Amino acid sequence: MKSIRWSILIPILLLAVFPLAIPSDYYRHIIIMALMWVVIGSSWNLIAGYTGQVSFGHAIFFGTGAYTAGLCVTQLEISAWWGMLLAGPMAMIVAFLIGCICFRLRGPYFNLATLAIGEIFRLVAIVWKDVTEGMQGILIMQTFRSKVPYYFLALALAGLCVFAIYRIVRSKWGFYFVAIREDQDAAESMGVSSFRYKSISLMVSAFFTGLAGAFYMNYMGFIDPEVVFSLYFISIMAILVGIIGGVGTIWGPAIGAFIMVLLQETFRSSFFGVFPKWISEAHVLVFGLLVIFVIRFMANGIVGDWAKAKRFFSRSATLAPAKTGAE
Amino acid sequence: MEVLIQTLVAGILIGGIYALIGLGMTLIMGVMRIINLAHGQLMMVAMYITYTLFDFFHVDPYFSLLVTMPALFFLGAMIQKYLLNPLLKVESILPQNQVLMTVGVAMVLTEVMRFIFHSNYKSVKTSYSSAAFYLGGISFNLPMFIAFCIAVSLTVGLFFFLLQTDTGRSVRATAQNKDAALLMGINAEWITYLTFGIGAALAAGAGTLLLPIFYLFPDVGGPFTLKAFVITVLGGMGSTVGAIVGGVVLGVAESLGATYISMALKDAVAMVIFLLVLIFMPGGLKTLTKV
Repeated sequence: MKSIRWSILIPILLLAVFPLAIPSDYYRHIIIMALMWVVIGSSWNLIAGYTGQVSFGHAIFFGTGAYTAGLCVTQLEISAWWGMLLAGPMAMIVAFLIGCICFRLRGPYFNLATLAIGEIFRLVAIVWKDVTEGMQGILIMQTFRSKVPYYFLALALAGLCVFAIYRIVRSKWGFYFVAIREDQDAAESMGVSSFRYKSISLMVSAFFTGLAGAFYMNYMGFIDPEVVFSLYFISIMAILVGIIGGVGTIWGPAIGAFIMVLLQETFRSSFFGVFPKWISEAHVLVFGLLVIFVIRFMANGIVGDWAKAKRFFSRSATLAPAKTGAE
Repeated sequence: MEVLIQTLVAGILIGGIYALIGLGMTLIMGVMRIINLAHGQLMMVAMYITYTLFDFFHVDPYFSLLVTMPALFFLGAMIQKYLLNPLLKVESILPQNQVLMTVGVAMVLTEVMRFIFHSNYKSVKTSYSSAAFYLGGISFNLPMFIAFCIAVSLTVGLFFFLLQTDTGRSVRATAQNKDAALLMGINAEWITYLTFGIGAALAAGAGTLLLPIFYLFPDVGGPFTLKAFVITVLGGMGSTVGAIVGGVVLGVAESLGATYISMALKDAVAMVIFLLVLIFMPGGLKTLTKV
């Protein structure tokens, strides 16, 4: 138990001193993005990995959060930081309504419905110019010029999100979620209201994704529908972060987020300028190959199948069954 | 009135091609019970093959059907054999692993094409690209009309295959009950390769037929993947007749939406229909006709 505590504490300490030790805004930016993806990936994991409802539409909540913060400035003329307070509840309301529609559907039907709603949100945000400014997007002034305050805010957000999800999956709710994932009908017959607990799971997930969206608005100072409601850059990316790290594990999405963001940045900068420029075009290709590799050989992600990977590399012939299921 | 008929005609013509895309998807869904999220991307690959043939060898797009359909058949069968079927044996938390795999395949296909051809818009300019003929005041776009006719004949061919040949019957048997099909001596694994191959080949056909009308860039696949599953859900998952009806309905609905609501909301029309069908008629049109 003690070793586990240290393995959590050391990364957190490292992350906390990182911006003070490394004075480069570029590297701070990368870690801020990774921390934001920790939030989105972990919350996607709550509804998909623990409750078994694979959402293809997490951009809905991210975009709702970002637009809540943005509209605070353009419509209400108050600071975008109010968005940090309002975005969570807004995303929860949206999540509840979507749940009413989508939780009647199961398996592939559910995936498709969330995907379709995500596309509808994106199109509406583009077309409804009076409120959202359409494709022009929303531009605000950032509060801080330094990246350090944003860094600690992102770190706090990621820590809060992971901790909250850790507590939830170890509570009674968490067991209901897993029960629904494993067999919804059996869970129903034991008196677990699948609709209620799926809704709770989705709403918690949406709350944190919405917060991440509001943070993005405050941090980047610019949003438009093609960025925050993007199917490929938000919804699918959330899924990739989850499956590469490991669905149904606490630390999986966090590790997945760091891998994805670092990989993306390494390729985008052509290995920090070491390799020729054309390699920067390959970053999505590498994502795709990584996804294919992970699903094919490590179906439960890097954290979920860590034991299996270790066994493969140490080449020991012990046939202990791979650890699956919730952590 | 004239505008309405014109809109309907345009919708039905494009609907014939949509039906071809939907048929491929519904076959895959019927036999393998998965959503193929790489469907539009397979179509995009076929479009690039057509483009390359036209650009370097000046092959007429309609003749390149003879190349693209077998090529994509092979590609589809390989994807099924080496990427999707092995997942059935793996124990994993999420049952949707195969669907997520197709997302990965879609990304790789798009990016490989971007790598080779870059992001520029391409199009195939044939002598008949903008030709049209008139029938009682209604204009018919010539390449669209030819595409519609070829799509219909491909569909007829597919139905002949499914209804009249032994292999076709095996495909339908596997879709209805995989275990029973296995017991009857059908090599179900081989049928899955065949089905994915046919699905990909149909998508390839649709892509090649669309190219004289449509422009081409690596991200063109995504919207067509969305359309393909809208059609499939509209028609009822796994129903071939439903896919045809769904394709035509989608074509007409889009065309009406573009004329009477707004061009920008054309795609939203499809999504809204899709949601309504999912909520109120989850079985799709299949539930009405029992086909």
